[in-house]
Amino acid sequence: MSLAMNIYGVRAIYIYEMARTGRTLFQSIVSPVISTSLYFIVFGAAIGTRITQIQGVSYGSFIVPGLIMLTLLTQSVTNAAFGIYFPRFVGTIYELLSAPVSSFEIVLGYVGAAATKSVVLGGIILLTSGLFVPLHVDHPAWMLAFLILTAVSFSLFGFILGLWASSFEKLQIVPLLFLTPLTFLGGTFYPTSVLPPFWRTVTLFNPLVYLISGFRWSFFGIADVDVELSLAMTLLFMAICLTIVWWFFKTGYRLKN
Amino acid sequence: MLEQDTRPVALSQRAAPPVTATDAKPAISVSHLYKTYATGFQALKDINLKIRHGEIFALLGPNGAGKTTLINIICGIVKPSSGSVTVDGHDIIADYRASRAMIGLVPQELTTDAFETPPATMRFSRGLFGKPANPGHIEKVLKELSLWDKRESRIVTLSGGMKRRLLIAKALAHEPQILFLDEPTAGVDVELRKDMWQLVRSLRASGVTIILTTHYIEEAEEMADRVGVINKGEIILVEDKIELMRQLGRKQLTLELRDRLNAVPATLAAYNLALAPDGRALIYTYDTGAERTGITALLDDVRNAGIKFKDLRTTQSSLEDIFVGLVRQKS
Repeated sequence: MSLAMNIYGVRAIYIYEMARTGRTLFQSIVSPVISTSLYFIVFGAAIGTRITQIQGVSYGSFIVPGLIMLTLLTQSVTNAAFGIYFPRFVGTIYELLSAPVSSFEIVLGYVGAAATKSVVLGGIILLTSGLFVPLHVDHPAWMLAFLILTAVSFSLFGFILGLWASSFEKLQIVPLLFLTPLTFLGGTFYPTSVLPPFWRTVTLFNPLVYLISGFRWSFFGIADVDVELSLAMTLLFMAICLTIVWWFFKTGYRLKN
Repeated sequence: MLEQDTRPVALSQRAAPPVTATDAKPAISVSHLYKTYATGFQALKDINLKIRHGEIFALLGPNGAGKTTLINIICGIVKPSSGSVTVDGHDIIADYRASRAMIGLVPQELTTDAFETPPATMRFSRGLFGKPANPGHIEKVLKELSLWDKRESRIVTLSGGMKRRLLIAKALAHEPQILFLDEPTAGVDVELRKDMWQLVRSLRASGVTIILTTHYIEEAEEMADRVGVINKGEIILVEDKIELMRQLGRKQLTLELRDRLNAVPATLAAYNLALAPDGRALIYTYDTGAERTGITALLDDVRNAGIKFKDLRTTQSSLEDIFVGLVRQKS
Protein backbone atom coordinates (compact mmCIF):
# COMPACT_ATOMS: atom_id res chain seq x y z
CA MET A 1 0.00 0.00 0.00
CA SER A 2 1.20 3.40 -0.92
CA LEU A 3 1.78 5.59 2.08
CA ALA A 4 2.22 8.72 0.00
CA MET A 5 -0.37 11.39 0.51
CA ASN A 6 -2.81 12.24 -2.24
CA ILE A 7 -1.76 15.89 -2.38
CA TYR A 8 -3.69 16.43 -5.62
CA GLY A 9 -6.81 15.14 -3.89
CA VAL A 10 -6.46 17.50 -0.93
CA ARG A 11 -5.73 20.37 -3.31
CA ALA A 12 -8.79 19.54 -5.43
CA ILE A 13 -11.11 19.63 -2.40
CA TYR A 14 -9.48 22.79 -1.05
CA ILE A 15 -9.73 24.64 -4.38
CA TYR A 16 -13.30 23.45 -4.90
CA GLU A 17 -14.33 24.75 -1.49
CA MET A 18 -12.50 28.04 -1.91
CA ALA A 19 -14.17 28.48 -5.31
CA ARG A 20 -17.51 28.02 -3.57
CA THR A 21 -16.64 30.97 -1.33
CA GLY A 22 -15.83 32.98 -4.44
CA ARG A 23 -19.27 32.20 -5.87
CA THR A 24 -21.00 33.07 -2.60
CA LEU A 25 -18.83 36.05 -1.78
CA PHE A 26 -21.67 38.12 -0.39
CA GLN A 27 -22.89 35.41 1.94
CA SER A 28 -19.41 34.28 2.96
CA ILE A 29 -17.57 37.54 3.46
CA VAL A 30 -19.68 40.64 3.03
CA SER A 31 -22.62 39.58 5.17
CA PRO A 32 -20.57 38.81 8.35
CA VAL A 33 -18.65 42.06 7.91
CA ILE A 34 -21.90 44.04 7.71
CA SER A 35 -23.43 42.34 10.75
CA THR A 36 -20.24 42.86 12.78
CA SER A 37 -20.20 46.50 11.82
CA LEU A 38 -23.76 46.78 13.08
CA TYR A 39 -22.68 45.30 16.42
CA PHE A 40 -20.04 48.00 16.67
CA ILE A 41 -22.53 50.72 15.92
CA VAL A 42 -25.06 49.43 18.45
CA PHE A 43 -22.85 48.08 21.25
CA GLY A 44 -19.73 50.09 20.64
CA ALA A 45 -20.96 53.53 19.67
CA ALA A 46 -24.57 53.77 20.91
CA ILE A 47 -24.44 51.80 24.18
CA GLY A 48 -20.67 51.60 24.69
CA THR A 49 -20.29 55.34 25.29
CA ARG A 50 -22.47 54.96 28.39
CA ILE A 51 -20.35 52.12 29.80
CA THR A 52 -17.22 52.82 31.77
CA GLN A 53 -13.89 51.33 30.80
CA ILE A 54 -13.29 47.68 31.61
CA GLN A 55 -9.91 47.12 33.20
CA GLY A 56 -8.54 50.15 31.39
CA VAL A 57 -10.01 49.22 27.98
CA SER A 58 -12.86 51.15 26.36
CA TYR A 59 -16.03 49.10 25.89
CA GLY A 60 -15.89 49.46 22.12
CA SER A 61 -12.40 47.98 22.01
CA PHE A 62 -13.22 45.37 24.67
CA ILE A 63 -15.88 43.73 22.51
CA VAL A 64 -13.66 43.47 19.40
CA PRO A 65 -12.10 40.07 20.27
CA GLY A 66 -15.50 38.70 21.27
CA LEU A 67 -17.08 39.86 18.03
CA ILE A 68 -14.28 38.38 15.95
CA MET A 69 -14.72 35.09 17.83
CA LEU A 70 -18.49 35.20 17.33
CA THR A 71 -18.05 35.48 13.57
CA LEU A 72 -15.15 33.07 13.49
CA LEU A 73 -17.10 30.35 15.31
CA THR A 74 -20.31 30.78 13.36
CA GLN A 75 -18.60 30.97 9.96
CA SER A 76 -16.24 28.07 10.66
CA VAL A 77 -19.13 25.85 11.69
CA THR A 78 -21.52 26.80 8.89
CA ASN A 79 -18.89 26.75 6.14
CA ALA A 80 -17.46 23.37 7.05
CA ALA A 81 -20.90 21.89 7.78
CA PHE A 82 -22.34 23.02 4.46
CA GLY A 83 -19.21 21.97 2.57
CA ILE A 84 -19.65 18.30 3.46
CA TYR A 85 -23.43 18.26 3.90
CA PHE A 86 -24.18 19.51 0.39
CA PRO A 87 -22.45 16.62 -1.44
CA ARG A 88 -24.29 14.23 0.89
CA PHE A 89 -27.57 15.96 0.15
CA VAL A 90 -27.25 16.05 -3.65
CA GLY A 91 -25.46 12.69 -3.90
CA THR A 92 -22.11 13.85 -5.29
CA ILE A 93 -20.49 12.37 -2.17
CA TYR A 94 -20.17 9.13 -4.20
CA GLU A 95 -17.14 10.60 -5.93
CA LEU A 96 -15.41 11.46 -2.68
CA LEU A 97 -16.08 8.02 -1.23
CA SER A 98 -14.86 6.21 -4.33
CA ALA A 99 -11.70 8.31 -4.69
CA PRO A 100 -8.26 7.25 -3.45
CA VAL A 101 -8.28 9.83 -0.66
CA SER A 102 -7.92 8.98 3.02
CA SER A 103 -10.24 10.31 5.70
CA PHE A 104 -7.41 12.54 6.88
CA GLU A 105 -7.02 14.03 3.41
CA ILE A 106 -10.75 14.64 3.09
CA VAL A 107 -10.78 16.41 6.46
CA LEU A 108 -7.66 18.37 5.55
CA GLY A 109 -9.29 19.60 2.33
CA TYR A 110 -12.66 20.58 3.77
CA VAL A 111 -11.57 21.79 7.20
CA GLY A 112 -8.51 23.50 5.76
CA ALA A 113 -10.68 25.48 3.34
CA ALA A 114 -13.29 26.35 5.96
CA ALA A 115 -10.60 27.42 8.44
CA THR A 116 -8.83 29.51 5.79
CA LYS A 117 -12.05 31.35 5.03
CA SER A 118 -12.64 32.00 8.72
CA VAL A 119 -9.12 33.29 9.34
CA VAL A 120 -9.38 35.62 6.35
CA LEU A 121 -12.76 36.77 7.60
CA GLY A 122 -11.34 37.28 11.11
CA GLY A 123 -8.62 39.49 9.60
CA ILE A 124 -11.18 41.49 7.62
CA ILE A 125 -13.30 42.04 10.73
CA LEU A 126 -10.23 43.05 12.68
CA LEU A 127 -9.44 45.67 10.03
CA THR A 128 -13.09 46.77 9.94
CA SER A 129 -13.00 47.15 13.75
CA GLY A 130 -10.05 49.46 13.41
CA LEU A 131 -12.35 51.87 11.58
CA PHE A 132 -14.64 52.10 14.61
CA VAL A 133 -12.41 51.83 17.67
CA PRO A 134 -8.74 52.27 18.56
CA LEU A 135 -7.08 48.86 18.57
CA HIS A 136 -3.79 47.38 19.69
CA VAL A 137 -2.64 43.80 19.93
CA ASP A 138 -0.30 43.06 22.85
CA HIS A 139 0.57 39.49 21.82
CA PRO A 140 0.21 39.08 18.04
CA ALA A 141 1.63 35.55 17.99
CA TRP A 142 -0.89 34.39 20.59
CA MET A 143 -3.65 36.19 18.75
CA LEU A 144 -2.78 34.42 15.53
CA ALA A 145 -2.50 31.10 17.38
CA PHE A 146 -5.96 31.49 18.93
CA LEU A 147 -7.39 32.66 15.63
CA ILE A 148 -6.07 29.63 13.74
CA LEU A 149 -6.76 27.09 16.49
CA THR A 150 -10.31 28.32 16.91
CA ALA A 151 -10.93 28.37 13.17
CA VAL A 152 -9.61 24.82 12.81
CA SER A 153 -11.40 23.47 15.90
CA PHE A 154 -14.76 24.89 14.94
CA SER A 155 -14.37 23.95 11.31
CA LEU A 156 -13.85 20.41 12.60
CA PHE A 157 -16.97 20.82 14.71
CA GLY A 158 -18.83 22.05 11.63
CA PHE A 159 -17.55 19.11 9.63
CA ILE A 160 -18.98 16.79 12.31
CA LEU A 161 -22.27 18.65 12.12
CA GLY A 162 -22.32 18.33 8.31
CA LEU A 163 -21.72 14.61 8.57
CA TRP A 164 -24.29 14.10 11.29
CA ALA A 165 -27.11 16.28 9.97
CA SER A 166 -29.80 14.44 8.07
CA SER A 167 -31.69 17.57 7.06
CA PHE A 168 -31.12 21.27 6.46
CA GLU A 169 -33.07 21.95 9.65
CA LYS A 170 -30.58 20.00 11.73
CA LEU A 171 -27.78 21.79 9.94
CA GLN A 172 -29.19 25.15 11.07
CA ILE A 173 -30.32 24.16 14.52
CA VAL A 174 -26.92 23.61 16.15
CA PRO A 175 -25.46 27.04 15.31
CA LEU A 176 -28.77 28.68 16.15
CA LEU A 177 -29.70 26.90 19.37
CA PHE A 178 -26.29 26.15 20.85
CA LEU A 179 -23.48 28.14 19.32
CA THR A 180 -24.98 31.62 19.37
CA PRO A 181 -26.24 31.35 22.99
CA LEU A 182 -22.93 29.90 24.15
CA THR A 183 -21.05 32.73 22.47
CA PHE A 184 -23.28 35.38 23.98
CA LEU A 185 -23.02 33.73 27.40
CA GLY A 186 -19.29 33.24 26.97
CA GLY A 187 -18.19 36.80 27.61
CA THR A 188 -18.43 38.30 24.13
CA PHE A 189 -19.88 41.56 25.41
CA TYR A 190 -18.76 41.51 29.07
CA PRO A 191 -16.09 40.07 31.37
CA THR A 192 -17.46 37.05 33.22
CA SER A 193 -16.14 38.61 36.43
CA VAL A 194 -19.17 40.92 36.46
CA LEU A 195 -21.52 37.95 36.84
CA PRO A 196 -22.79 36.74 40.25
CA PRO A 197 -20.58 33.92 41.67
CA PHE A 198 -23.06 31.16 40.82
CA TRP A 199 -23.37 32.14 37.15
CA ARG A 200 -19.67 32.72 36.97
CA THR A 201 -19.13 29.09 37.98
CA VAL A 202 -21.68 27.98 35.42
CA THR A 203 -19.84 29.80 32.62
CA LEU A 204 -16.71 27.79 33.37
CA PHE A 205 -18.53 24.85 31.73
CA ASN A 206 -18.91 26.87 28.58
CA PRO A 207 -15.93 26.06 26.35
CA LEU A 208 -16.31 29.35 24.50
CA VAL A 209 -15.42 31.31 27.63
CA TYR A 210 -11.87 30.00 27.33
CA LEU A 211 -11.56 30.86 23.64
CA ILE A 212 -12.88 34.39 24.02
CA SER A 213 -10.89 35.01 27.19
CA GLY A 214 -7.65 33.77 25.64
CA PHE A 215 -8.23 35.73 22.46
CA ARG A 216 -9.01 38.91 24.39
CA TRP A 217 -5.87 38.41 26.48
CA SER A 218 -3.80 38.40 23.30
CA PHE A 219 -5.20 41.87 22.53
CA PHE A 220 -5.27 43.65 25.88
CA GLY A 221 -3.57 41.37 28.41
CA ILE A 222 -6.82 41.01 30.37
CA ALA A 223 -8.55 37.66 30.79
CA ASP A 224 -11.31 35.85 32.70
CA VAL A 225 -9.18 32.70 32.97
CA ASP A 226 -5.47 31.96 32.61
CA VAL A 227 -4.28 32.10 29.02
CA GLU A 228 -2.56 28.71 29.42
CA LEU A 229 -5.86 27.22 30.52
CA SER A 230 -7.55 28.86 27.53
CA LEU A 231 -5.02 27.29 25.21
CA ALA A 232 -5.33 23.89 26.88
CA MET A 233 -9.13 23.96 26.61
CA THR A 234 -8.96 24.98 22.94
CA LEU A 235 -6.60 22.10 22.23
CA LEU A 236 -8.82 19.74 24.22
CA PHE A 237 -11.86 20.80 22.19
CA MET A 238 -9.91 20.24 18.99
CA ALA A 239 -8.80 16.80 20.18
CA ILE A 240 -12.41 15.83 20.97
CA CYS A 241 -13.55 16.96 17.51
CA LEU A 242 -10.70 15.05 15.84
CA THR A 243 -11.64 11.90 17.75
CA ILE A 244 -15.27 12.18 16.67
CA VAL A 245 -14.29 12.76 13.03
CA TRP A 246 -11.92 9.79 13.19
CA TRP A 247 -14.73 7.63 14.59
CA PHE A 248 -17.14 8.78 11.85
CA PHE A 249 -14.73 7.70 9.14
CA LYS A 250 -13.70 4.51 10.88
CA THR A 251 -17.27 3.32 11.24
CA GLY A 252 -18.56 4.92 8.04
CA TYR A 253 -21.30 6.56 10.12
CA ARG A 254 -23.65 8.55 7.85
CA LEU A 255 -21.22 7.98 4.99
CA LYS A 256 -21.17 4.32 4.08
CA ASN A 257 -23.97 1.86 4.58
CA MET B 1 -48.99 -12.86 -30.90
CA LEU B 2 -46.99 -16.04 -30.89
CA GLU B 3 -45.46 -17.17 -27.66
CA GLN B 4 -41.86 -18.09 -27.67
CA ASP B 5 -40.44 -20.92 -25.64
CA THR B 6 -37.91 -19.19 -23.46
CA ARG B 7 -37.42 -21.93 -20.89
CA PRO B 8 -33.79 -21.90 -19.91
CA VAL B 9 -31.73 -25.03 -19.71
CA ALA B 10 -30.67 -26.31 -16.29
CA LEU B 11 -28.39 -23.99 -14.35
CA SER B 12 -25.82 -26.71 -13.86
CA GLN B 13 -25.02 -26.54 -17.54
CA ARG B 14 -24.03 -22.94 -17.20
CA ALA B 15 -21.01 -22.90 -14.95
CA ALA B 16 -18.69 -19.89 -15.17
CA PRO B 17 -15.98 -20.25 -17.80
CA PRO B 18 -12.77 -21.84 -16.57
CA VAL B 19 -10.07 -19.57 -15.23
CA THR B 20 -7.31 -19.31 -17.78
CA ALA B 21 -3.72 -18.18 -17.45
CA THR B 22 -4.70 -14.64 -18.47
CA ASP B 23 -7.09 -14.55 -15.52
CA ALA B 24 -4.26 -15.02 -13.01
CA LYS B 25 -4.63 -11.34 -12.07
CA PRO B 26 -8.09 -10.38 -13.25
CA ALA B 27 -9.20 -6.80 -13.53
CA ILE B 28 -11.66 -7.49 -10.72
CA SER B 29 -11.98 -10.51 -8.50
CA VAL B 30 -14.87 -10.85 -6.09
CA SER B 31 -14.75 -13.69 -3.63
CA HIS B 32 -17.47 -14.89 -1.23
CA LEU B 33 -18.89 -11.41 -0.96
CA TYR B 34 -21.86 -10.83 1.34
CA LYS B 35 -23.69 -7.64 2.16
CA THR B 36 -26.41 -7.24 4.73
CA TYR B 37 -27.66 -3.72 5.37
CA ALA B 38 -28.42 -2.40 8.86
CA THR B 39 -32.10 -2.93 8.14
CA GLY B 40 -31.42 -6.67 7.89
CA PHE B 41 -31.89 -6.73 4.13
CA GLN B 42 -29.42 -9.12 2.57
CA ALA B 43 -28.39 -7.45 -0.67
CA LEU B 44 -25.62 -9.83 -1.72
CA LYS B 45 -25.13 -13.51 -1.01
CA ASP B 46 -21.85 -15.28 -1.67
CA ILE B 47 -20.90 -13.39 -4.83
CA ASN B 48 -17.97 -14.87 -6.72
CA LEU B 49 -16.99 -13.12 -9.91
CA LYS B 50 -13.96 -12.46 -12.05
CA ILE B 51 -13.84 -9.68 -14.63
CA ARG B 52 -11.12 -10.02 -17.24
CA HIS B 53 -8.89 -7.22 -18.40
CA GLY B 54 -10.15 -5.40 -21.46
CA GLU B 55 -13.59 -6.97 -21.64
CA ILE B 56 -17.04 -5.43 -21.61
CA PHE B 57 -18.99 -7.19 -18.90
CA ALA B 58 -22.72 -6.63 -18.64
CA LEU B 59 -24.37 -7.19 -15.30
CA LEU B 60 -28.06 -7.78 -15.76
CA GLY B 61 -30.72 -8.10 -13.15
CA PRO B 62 -34.12 -6.80 -12.14
CA ASN B 63 -34.55 -3.83 -9.83
CA GLY B 64 -33.22 -4.51 -6.35
CA ALA B 65 -31.19 -7.50 -7.51
CA GLY B 66 -27.97 -6.12 -5.99
CA LYS B 67 -26.24 -4.67 -9.07
CA THR B 68 -25.60 -1.24 -7.62
CA THR B 69 -24.65 -2.62 -4.21
CA LEU B 70 -22.03 -4.81 -5.87
CA ILE B 71 -20.62 -1.89 -7.84
CA ASN B 72 -20.66 0.38 -4.82
CA ILE B 73 -18.72 -2.14 -2.77
CA ILE B 74 -16.07 -2.56 -5.47
CA CYS B 75 -15.74 1.23 -5.74
CA GLY B 76 -15.52 1.76 -1.96
CA ILE B 77 -18.86 3.49 -1.43
CA VAL B 78 -20.52 0.67 0.52
CA LYS B 79 -18.81 -1.48 3.11
CA PRO B 80 -19.00 -5.23 2.53
CA SER B 81 -20.25 -7.44 5.37
CA SER B 82 -17.74 -10.16 4.51
CA GLY B 83 -15.73 -11.51 1.62
CA SER B 84 -12.99 -9.92 -0.41
CA VAL B 85 -12.60 -7.89 -3.59
CA THR B 86 -9.40 -7.14 -5.47
CA VAL B 87 -8.85 -4.76 -8.36
CA ASP B 88 -5.91 -5.81 -10.51
CA GLY B 89 -4.65 -7.69 -7.46
CA HIS B 90 -5.08 -4.76 -5.05
CA ASP B 91 -7.40 -5.39 -2.11
CA ILE B 92 -10.12 -2.71 -2.06
CA ILE B 93 -9.73 -2.15 1.68
CA ALA B 94 -6.07 -2.79 2.52
CA ASP B 95 -4.82 -1.20 -0.68
CA TYR B 96 -7.67 1.15 -1.46
CA ARG B 97 -5.53 3.88 -2.98
CA ALA B 98 -4.18 1.64 -5.72
CA SER B 99 -7.51 -0.07 -6.39
CA ARG B 100 -9.63 3.09 -6.47
CA ALA B 101 -7.13 5.00 -8.62
CA MET B 102 -7.78 2.46 -11.38
CA ILE B 103 -11.54 2.83 -11.34
CA GLY B 104 -13.89 5.36 -12.85
CA LEU B 105 -17.54 5.25 -11.81
CA VAL B 106 -20.55 6.62 -13.64
CA PRO B 107 -23.39 6.46 -11.12
CA GLN B 108 -26.97 5.66 -11.93
CA GLU B 109 -28.41 8.90 -10.56
CA LEU B 110 -27.76 12.22 -12.25
CA THR B 111 -25.81 13.58 -9.32
CA THR B 112 -23.74 16.52 -10.45
CA ASP B 113 -22.58 19.80 -9.06
CA ALA B 114 -24.80 22.69 -10.01
CA PHE B 115 -22.78 25.84 -10.22
CA GLU B 116 -19.46 24.60 -11.54
CA THR B 117 -18.54 24.48 -15.23
CA PRO B 118 -17.83 21.10 -16.92
CA PRO B 119 -14.03 21.61 -17.04
CA ALA B 120 -13.96 22.73 -13.38
CA THR B 121 -15.85 19.68 -12.15
CA MET B 122 -13.59 17.45 -14.25
CA ARG B 123 -10.50 19.10 -12.79
CA PHE B 124 -11.93 18.35 -9.35
CA SER B 125 -12.48 14.70 -10.26
CA ARG B 126 -9.02 14.35 -11.74
CA GLY B 127 -7.34 15.89 -8.71
CA LEU B 128 -9.43 13.80 -6.32
CA PHE B 129 -8.12 10.67 -7.99
CA GLY B 130 -4.54 11.82 -7.48
CA LYS B 131 -3.66 13.01 -10.96
CA PRO B 132 -1.91 16.31 -11.78
CA ALA B 133 -3.79 18.83 -13.92
CA ASN B 134 -3.97 18.03 -17.62
CA PRO B 135 -6.09 20.57 -19.52
CA GLY B 136 -5.38 18.76 -22.81
CA HIS B 137 -6.96 15.53 -21.56
CA ILE B 138 -9.98 17.35 -20.17
CA GLU B 139 -10.47 19.13 -23.50
CA LYS B 140 -10.15 15.84 -25.38
CA VAL B 141 -12.76 14.06 -23.24
CA LEU B 142 -15.17 16.98 -23.38
CA LYS B 143 -14.85 17.07 -27.16
CA GLU B 144 -15.38 13.31 -27.44
CA LEU B 145 -18.54 13.67 -25.42
CA SER B 146 -19.72 16.71 -27.38
CA LEU B 147 -19.56 18.92 -24.31
CA TRP B 148 -16.78 21.25 -25.36
CA ASP B 149 -19.24 23.86 -26.58
CA LYS B 150 -20.71 23.90 -23.08
CA ARG B 151 -17.39 24.41 -21.34
CA GLU B 152 -18.38 27.81 -20.00
CA SER B 153 -21.93 26.88 -19.00
CA ARG B 154 -22.87 26.12 -15.44
CA ILE B 155 -23.85 22.49 -15.00
CA VAL B 156 -27.31 23.39 -13.75
CA THR B 157 -28.13 24.75 -17.21
CA LEU B 158 -27.25 21.52 -19.04
CA SER B 159 -29.89 19.08 -20.29
CA GLY B 160 -30.35 15.62 -18.76
CA GLY B 161 -28.47 13.96 -21.60
CA MET B 162 -25.59 16.41 -21.25
CA LYS B 163 -25.41 15.82 -17.52
CA ARG B 164 -25.28 12.09 -18.17
CA ARG B 165 -22.37 12.63 -20.56
CA LEU B 166 -20.71 14.92 -18.05
CA LEU B 167 -20.83 12.14 -15.46
CA ILE B 168 -19.01 9.94 -17.95
CA ALA B 169 -16.52 12.75 -18.58
CA LYS B 170 -15.89 13.07 -14.84
CA ALA B 171 -15.33 9.33 -14.55
CA LEU B 172 -12.84 9.51 -17.42
CA ALA B 173 -11.06 12.59 -16.08
CA HIS B 174 -8.37 10.55 -14.33
CA GLU B 175 -7.86 8.09 -17.22
CA PRO B 176 -9.15 4.99 -15.39
CA GLN B 177 -8.30 1.50 -16.53
CA ILE B 178 -11.63 0.14 -15.34
CA LEU B 179 -14.91 1.91 -15.94
CA PHE B 180 -18.19 1.17 -14.20
CA LEU B 181 -21.29 2.34 -15.97
CA ASP B 182 -24.31 1.95 -13.74
CA GLU B 183 -27.35 2.17 -16.03
CA PRO B 184 -25.53 4.54 -18.39
CA THR B 185 -28.34 5.00 -20.86
CA ALA B 186 -31.30 5.22 -18.48
CA GLY B 187 -33.54 7.98 -19.76
CA VAL B 188 -31.30 8.67 -22.73
CA ASP B 189 -32.72 8.98 -26.23
CA VAL B 190 -31.93 6.43 -28.92
CA GLU B 191 -29.43 8.55 -30.80
CA LEU B 192 -27.45 9.44 -27.71
CA ARG B 193 -27.57 5.83 -26.57
CA LYS B 194 -25.92 4.77 -29.80
CA ASP B 195 -23.28 7.48 -29.37
CA MET B 196 -22.58 6.11 -25.91
CA TRP B 197 -22.25 2.60 -27.22
CA GLN B 198 -19.72 3.90 -29.70
CA LEU B 199 -17.83 5.64 -26.94
CA VAL B 200 -17.79 2.48 -24.84
CA ARG B 201 -16.46 0.48 -27.78
CA SER B 202 -13.70 3.00 -28.41
CA LEU B 203 -12.78 2.94 -24.72
CA ARG B 204 -12.56 -0.82 -24.82
CA ALA B 205 -10.42 -0.55 -27.93
CA SER B 206 -8.02 1.61 -25.93
CA GLY B 207 -7.75 -1.14 -23.31
CA VAL B 208 -10.27 0.00 -20.71
CA THR B 209 -12.19 -2.76 -18.93
CA ILE B 210 -15.88 -1.90 -18.81
CA ILE B 211 -18.54 -3.16 -16.46
CA LEU B 212 -22.03 -1.98 -17.17
CA THR B 213 -25.35 -2.61 -15.58
CA THR B 214 -28.40 -2.14 -17.64
CA HIS B 215 -32.09 -2.73 -17.91
CA TYR B 216 -31.83 -2.62 -21.68
CA ILE B 217 -31.04 -6.15 -22.73
CA GLU B 218 -30.32 -4.94 -26.23
CA GLU B 219 -27.52 -2.88 -24.75
CA ALA B 220 -25.86 -5.98 -23.32
CA GLU B 221 -26.60 -7.93 -26.47
CA GLU B 222 -25.09 -5.18 -28.57
CA MET B 223 -21.96 -4.53 -26.59
CA ALA B 224 -21.05 -7.12 -23.98
CA ASP B 225 -18.37 -9.78 -24.30
CA ARG B 226 -19.70 -11.56 -21.26
CA VAL B 227 -22.93 -11.39 -19.36
CA GLY B 228 -23.59 -11.90 -15.68
CA VAL B 229 -27.09 -12.24 -14.35
CA ILE B 230 -27.78 -11.30 -10.75
CA ASN B 231 -31.07 -11.89 -9.00
CA LYS B 232 -32.00 -11.50 -5.35
CA GLY B 233 -28.38 -10.90 -4.43
CA GLU B 234 -27.02 -13.99 -6.14
CA ILE B 235 -25.09 -14.40 -9.35
CA ILE B 236 -27.08 -16.98 -11.23
CA LEU B 237 -25.14 -16.94 -14.46
CA VAL B 238 -21.84 -15.76 -15.90
CA GLU B 239 -21.33 -16.62 -19.52
CA ASP B 240 -19.72 -15.51 -22.73
CA LYS B 241 -22.48 -13.69 -24.58
CA ILE B 242 -22.07 -15.53 -27.87
CA GLU B 243 -21.79 -18.84 -26.05
CA LEU B 244 -24.84 -17.96 -24.02
CA MET B 245 -26.81 -17.13 -27.10
CA ARG B 246 -25.62 -20.32 -28.69
CA GLN B 247 -26.41 -22.49 -25.67
CA LEU B 248 -29.65 -20.93 -24.72
CA GLY B 249 -30.76 -19.34 -27.93
CA ARG B 250 -33.53 -21.39 -29.35
CA LYS B 251 -34.64 -20.76 -32.83
CA GLN B 252 -38.19 -20.98 -34.05
CA LEU B 253 -39.44 -21.69 -37.51
CA THR B 254 -42.89 -20.31 -38.15
CA LEU B 255 -44.89 -21.60 -41.08
CA GLU B 256 -47.74 -19.34 -42.02
CA LEU B 257 -50.49 -21.54 -43.36
CA ARG B 258 -52.73 -20.91 -46.32
CA ASP B 259 -55.64 -22.71 -44.72
CA ARG B 260 -56.61 -22.73 -41.07
CA LEU B 261 -55.88 -25.87 -39.03
CA ASN B 262 -57.88 -27.06 -36.07
CA ALA B 263 -55.16 -29.30 -34.70
CA VAL B 264 -51.64 -30.43 -35.47
CA PRO B 265 -51.88 -33.56 -37.64
CA ALA B 266 -50.81 -36.77 -35.90
CA THR B 267 -48.17 -37.41 -38.56
CA LEU B 268 -46.32 -34.33 -37.35
CA ALA B 269 -46.51 -35.21 -33.65
CA ALA B 270 -42.80 -36.05 -33.44
CA TYR B 271 -41.85 -32.41 -34.09
CA ASN B 272 -43.66 -31.03 -31.02
CA LEU B 273 -45.20 -28.33 -33.15
CA ALA B 274 -47.25 -25.57 -31.65
CA LEU B 275 -50.32 -24.28 -33.40
CA ALA B 276 -50.99 -20.57 -33.28
CA PRO B 277 -54.24 -19.69 -31.48
CA ASP B 278 -55.84 -18.62 -34.75
CA GLY B 279 -54.81 -21.93 -36.37
CA ARG B 280 -52.97 -20.12 -39.14
CA ALA B 281 -49.35 -20.86 -38.15
CA LEU B 282 -47.28 -23.82 -37.11
CA ILE B 283 -44.30 -23.14 -34.87
CA TYR B 284 -41.33 -25.44 -34.73
CA THR B 285 -38.72 -24.85 -31.98
CA TYR B 286 -35.28 -26.26 -32.57
CA ASP B 287 -31.80 -26.06 -31.13
CA THR B 288 -29.32 -24.14 -33.25
CA GLY B 289 -26.45 -26.03 -31.67
CA ALA B 290 -27.81 -29.46 -32.63
CA GLU B 291 -26.18 -31.40 -35.43
CA ARG B 292 -29.47 -31.79 -37.25
CA THR B 293 -32.17 -29.22 -36.92
CA GLY B 294 -34.82 -31.45 -38.52
CA ILE B 295 -36.07 -28.63 -40.73
CA THR B 296 -35.73 -30.50 -44.02
CA ALA B 297 -37.61 -33.53 -42.68
CA LEU B 298 -40.30 -31.29 -41.21
CA LEU B 299 -40.87 -29.48 -44.47
CA ASP B 300 -41.12 -32.84 -46.28
CA ASP B 301 -43.61 -34.17 -43.76
CA VAL B 302 -45.65 -30.97 -43.87
CA ARG B 303 -45.92 -31.30 -47.63
CA ASN B 304 -46.79 -35.01 -47.32
CA ALA B 305 -49.52 -34.12 -44.85
CA GLY B 306 -51.03 -31.90 -47.54
CA ILE B 307 -50.51 -28.71 -45.59
CA LYS B 308 -49.78 -25.67 -47.71
CA PHE B 309 -47.98 -22.66 -46.34
CA LYS B 310 -47.70 -19.23 -47.85
CA ASP B 311 -44.68 -17.96 -45.96
CA LEU B 312 -42.08 -18.98 -43.45
CA ARG B 313 -39.75 -17.13 -41.08
CA THR B 314 -37.28 -17.91 -38.32
CA THR B 315 -36.75 -16.07 -35.06
CA GLN B 316 -34.09 -16.48 -32.40
CA SER B 317 -34.44 -15.97 -28.65
CA SER B 318 -32.97 -12.67 -27.57
CA LEU B 319 -30.89 -12.18 -24.48
CA GLU B 320 -33.99 -10.67 -22.96
CA ASP B 321 -35.92 -13.90 -23.40
CA ILE B 322 -33.07 -15.77 -21.80
CA PHE B 323 -32.83 -13.32 -18.94
CA VAL B 324 -36.54 -13.34 -18.22
CA GLY B 325 -36.52 -17.12 -18.29
CA LEU B 326 -33.61 -17.32 -15.89
CA VAL B 327 -35.07 -14.90 -13.42
CA ARG B 328 -38.44 -16.62 -13.56
CA GLN B 329 -36.89 -19.99 -12.98
CA LYS B 330 -34.88 -18.74 -10.00
CA SER B 331 -37.97 -17.12 -8.51
